[in-house]
Amino acid sequence: MAKQVTIFLENRPGRMKSISDILLEKNLNIWAFTIQDRGDFGLMKIIVDKPDQAQIVLAERGVACVLKDVLAVIVPDRPGNLEKLTTALLQKNVNIKDAYGFVCPTGKQGICYLEVENPAGIDLETVIAEHGFSILNDKELYDL
Amino acid sequence: MDIRFWNQEIETLAQKDLRQLQLTRLRELVGYAMKTPFYHKRLKKAGISSPEDIQDLEDLQKIPFTVKDDLRQAFPKGLLAVDMEQVVRIHSSSGTTGIPTVIYYTAKDLDRWTDLLARGIVATGAGPADVFQNMMSYGLFTGGLGLHYGAERVGLTVIPVGGGNTQRQLQLMRDFKTSVLHITPSYLLHIHQRMPEFRISPADLNLKKAWMGAEPHSENTRLKLQELYGIDIYNSYGLSEMNGPGVAFECAYKKDLHVWEDGYIIEIIDPATGKVLPEGQEGEVIFTNLIRHAMPLLRYRTRDLAFLHPEPCPCGRTGRRMSRITGRTDDMMIINGVNVFPSQIEEILMSIPEVGNNYQIHLTRKEGLDRLAVKVEIYSKLFTGDLSQLDALKAKINDKLRASITINSRIELHEPGALPAFEGKAKRVVDERDKL
Repeated sequence: MAKQVTIFLENRPGRMKSISDILLEKNLNIWAFTIQDRGDFGLMKIIVDKPDQAQIVLAERGVACVLKDVLAVIVPDRPGNLEKLTTALLQKNVNIKDAYGFVCPTGKQGICYLEVENPAGIDLETVIAEHGFSILNDKELYDL
Repeated sequence: MDIRFWNQEIETLAQKDLRQLQLTRLRELVGYAMKTPFYHKRLKKAGISSPEDIQDLEDLQKIPFTVKDDLRQAFPKGLLAVDMEQVVRIHSSSGTTGIPTVIYYTAKDLDRWTDLLARGIVATGAGPADVFQNMMSYGLFTGGLGLHYGAERVGLTVIPVGGGNTQRQLQLMRDFKTSVLHITPSYLLHIHQRMPEFRISPADLNLKKAWMGAEPHSENTRLKLQELYGIDIYNSYGLSEMNGPGVAFECAYKKDLHVWEDGYIIEIIDPATGKVLPEGQEGEVIFTNLIRHAMPLLRYRTRDLAFLHPEPCPCGRTGRRMSRITGRTDDMMIINGVNVFPSQIEEILMSIPEVGNNYQIHLTRKEGLDRLAVKVEIYSKLFTGDLSQLDALKAKINDKLRASITINSRIELHEPGALPAFEGKAKRVVDERDKL
């Protein structure tokens, strides 16, 4: 599983910058991010090259943040693949709480980051592999 | 001017006789107070062991002040002077978080209190021909039931609707040709603002007067509301420690509030030194309740600031008039007529682990009603990264606050360290309401 840093941010000017400032100081590299908006606040979710270090440095600065396990699924860039992936998870009754994805134009492949609820503890790596996708493990992810 | 009395003899009693009556009743009250564990100890310490130790009204000043916290310390029965069998009603402070305060009444206490309310009602010119819509909350709050029984005694037709639900209030006013209201200034303003929505104008109604209380307001607010509705508005003052509403009431002249001095001894003190101030000077209002025997309260510090008018009123009543409340000596907030202390909010917030150290209380006013926003910081160590946790946290804070202070608030979550931190006596209340 990959690790995502989830950060509590107020919805006002300058808050995203404050996070990127801290990460820049430690020369940490952001690969993906998204924001879940909830009115007066939101959750910023980032994938960085060194998530543990990022979480520690942010927490030291008083930022409310946690590390969360997410599925980083490699999906070849072609029509119907998101449908295939979601079908695979639905068949196992796995709920997707939050998701974001993008395609790297150079690699011709996409990455989906999924926060899932998997109460039955299903081996999702195998399930996803059966449908022709692969999950990036930590090492692969951080060697991207 | 049409001057009416409920009990002309006592309302116009000569000052000298009024003081004599106060002394008689004070001595009787001290006798009851000696029966309570709280005053037994406290009065003994002050050198008073029987009513005979009160020789004249000056001796009142030997008695130490009683404060709100004494009521909490004495909870539940430390101030009870009679058997519970004689108690016919209790009222209680709405939502203190820790120990509540409770007020006990015997049937005779209620009878005497009701009679004072009848005086206030008649002093404003209301009578049996009036239809009275009581928009103060019923229940543990004294505002609703107090005026209710007073109005029934005078013979008005009472509509015991209580607060809220503007549409129904307007419908009742129209259906029953309501002529008198008991209401807070903010709610009276709110109703007016919403009238167009229901296609009603004050001209469609039969309103003649309103008794306005529970919230401090300026003379300008009264004048504005009188003009908006085309009615006469009378100021009323009370507090549950002194039975409830009707401690002081305006007469037809509307030149500040007559205190029923046969029922209450009023003193104005310097809040810093506790010294009684000369008549006419502004200071903290102290009351001794002469008419409640179930739960005597001597020299109770109201924390309200006001002054007494030394000159007599042309209406002929001899009870001196106190000014409207000009301020408070503590940090109590009045939110839509409900008394709330910042400490009550703090106590709730600090009982919730997911809440961080700093908080801010924001008060604004919209459409005549007060809005309370409570800003809190989240506590990083308990942050799970789930929106559901944060939504649940907001709901939990609001639920707990509402259970305590009976008011709905808007909860705002902030990053740790985002709210101003204060050292020492924190200034955490931001009141952006226009003065009423």
